[in-house]
Amino acid sequence: MELSGAEIIIQFLKDEGVDHVFGYPGGAVLHIYDALYGQEDVQHILVRHEQAATHAADGYARSTGKPGVVLVTSGPGATNAITGIATAFLDSIPMVVITGQVSTPVIGSDAFQEVDAVGITRPCVKHNFLVKDITDLADTLKKAFHIASTGRPGPVVVDIPKDVTDPNIKIPYIYPKTVEMRSYNPVTKGHLIQMKRAVDLIMSAKRPMIYSGGGVVLGNAKDELREFTRFLNYPITQTLMGLGAYPENDKLSVGMLGMHGTYEANMAMHECDVLIAIGARFDDRVTGKLADFCPTAKIVHIDIDPASISKNVKVDIPIVGDVKLVLQELNNLLQESKSRPGEAAIAKWWDQIDQWRGKQCLEYDRKSDLIKPQFVIETLSKLTRGQDTFVTSDVGQHQMWAAQYYRFDEPRRWINSGGLGTMGFGLPAAMGVQLAHPDATVACVTGEGSIQMCIQELSTCKQYGLPIKIINLNNRYLGMVRQWQEFTYEQRYSMSYMEALPDFQKLTEAYGHVGMLIEKPGDVEGALKEALALKDRLVFMDFITDRTENVYPMIEAGKAQHEMRMPTDRELA
Amino acid sequence: MDRHIISILMENEAGALSRVAGLFSARGYNIESLTVAPTEDASLSRMTVVTVGSEEIIEQIIKQLNKLIDVVKLIDLTQAGHIERELALVKLRAEGSVDRDELKRLSDIFRGHIVDVTSTSYVVELTGTGDKIDAFIEALGDRQIIEVVRSGASGIGRGERSLEL
Repeated sequence: MELSGAEIIIQFLKDEGVDHVFGYPGGAVLHIYDALYGQEDVQHILVRHEQAATHAADGYARSTGKPGVVLVTSGPGATNAITGIATAFLDSIPMVVITGQVSTPVIGSDAFQEVDAVGITRPCVKHNFLVKDITDLADTLKKAFHIASTGRPGPVVVDIPKDVTDPNIKIPYIYPKTVEMRSYNPVTKGHLIQMKRAVDLIMSAKRPMIYSGGGVVLGNAKDELREFTRFLNYPITQTLMGLGAYPENDKLSVGMLGMHGTYEANMAMHECDVLIAIGARFDDRVTGKLADFCPTAKIVHIDIDPASISKNVKVDIPIVGDVKLVLQELNNLLQESKSRPGEAAIAKWWDQIDQWRGKQCLEYDRKSDLIKPQFVIETLSKLTRGQDTFVTSDVGQHQMWAAQYYRFDEPRRWINSGGLGTMGFGLPAAMGVQLAHPDATVACVTGEGSIQMCIQELSTCKQYGLPIKIINLNNRYLGMVRQWQEFTYEQRYSMSYMEALPDFQKLTEAYGHVGMLIEKPGDVEGALKEALALKDRLVFMDFITDRTENVYPMIEAGKAQHEMRMPTDRELA
Repeated sequence: MDRHIISILMENEAGALSRVAGLFSARGYNIESLTVAPTEDASLSRMTVVTVGSEEIIEQIIKQLNKLIDVVKLIDLTQAGHIERELALVKLRAEGSVDRDELKRLSDIFRGHIVDVTSTSYVVELTGTGDKIDAFIEALGDRQIIEVVRSGASGIGRGERSLEL
């Protein structure tokens, strides 16, 4: 069939199985928007700001595993999308972003709404393309989806000049089912000899530790991870990005690790003799002071990205491959192996871990007259446990409390910006999740700082009837900034509070949603129940919380994993 | 902190050069020199990057380069036998017969060719390793040099060692 460039794009998206596109029209993409008109296979979601389009596509991708798709115009459309593209890049989220470009004859002439989108996005994409010829369009789009969703996933930008989508120029179109790229062939199977060496080391461990990351979620390897962990009966800690791949309520789980990880997880990391890193990248928020990271451990590292191996921490046995395939093979090798973990040593190690657990590092004051943010998250967790629930978050203290207290039992249920730490992510991400899972409960845990970075999306939520439950932990501070200023800047609270906050309840109502104000601990559970029962309405719950609450434990900058600041330290200090 | 010559075969696409240059600047790696030109296969470019770094840094550079979608294949030439060549064009002030004779002799010693002559200047063309060109420039002293143009290093593996598809 003969199609114009604009029609090729829409037809390709249909053929590729794309059901949602998040975007915002403008001059350079008008031909494409015209081709969208009057068809129903690809539903376009009109956001209120291009940043939100990328976060929504990102939430869609994280919750489904399918690439999120974005369509924005040239110039400011592309630049507004950058934050969301970088967010996806840092967390390895599959995404295809189509940016309009000025027509090819005027590229480079500082034309209206012209920006070098390929140049400006290059450092924060897995790859990008400029399509100068309509005959390359379908193949390039196929490559974009292939690159975005294979290997270590990531965002891919396809920049398409307006004349390439001209409705008057038509060429034959056939959906390219496959793609061949001599320069891109990600490794999938692990190296057998390395895996055998890993099995020997794993079996010989006396103080083993499994450190599982976002790669296990991205690689859909939860079953393999669970089999691996349970077979060995070893403790497992998960990164902020990995939460839920292994059930956090299971006895082998010692919780999250890192800057705001549990005491037991960080101590066990520090003391372990064999560390098994699976789809994790030794981020600085996990390692703390590198020189003192896991000082006594031999390290096995499974990762699909060779560049992740020995980047921050030198490892002893690297295994490059798809985590799912590598874990399957390792599980086979473990079962076939004649050796078994040393029972006495492992029992002793568990005794030690139970002692650390005895510190109850996540305890907080439950008798306070003020709403404790931790209590809100715990209550949310209690009320939604076992149900079809997703939790997105913004960035800051509320994000850490959500990660610490919700206790995720399944992957892809916890959706947050870990790598880039993008405030404003939570609400638009929740939109993407809700569109992909119309019947699920989607909670957005946020704060009064973050929510205002993309609050305009309440309008999008109204247009598409997205019944998101917004949990605003309102402490009238940029809480994480305030916490650092309390600890390391002698309580000089420079610019970490806002005056003139809006009345969120009224604001939400102005957008056509339900607003709630909750000021007493005794009202928390009732408010959450009421909100969750409103299945078809967006509810904005403004929880006025204890404004001086801090996130504990905390490894402060420059400290090692075992040097945690605990809740009790505050009173002592 | 050793010097490495990394030879890269890339898709001959617009922007390929800036992907490599951008990678080096974004990650804070050193570039001593960088040359690029198409190969006998018009769809491929060959790039030679000279860089300096510790073993760990070089390992990361190679991994990060391999991660670029346009990179088809690469080798670190300095890991085994290889030939390194750089072209230099050096314009010299050459006045008076004593000076002119001396410069001609020096050029011959370094196996250079004088490729342009005026009554007051010579242009010497010289090929060799970076070290040899450094030595030539040093031998001249800066008194006589008007300008120096260096191509940056190119390199190729010795014998059976090659970078091909």
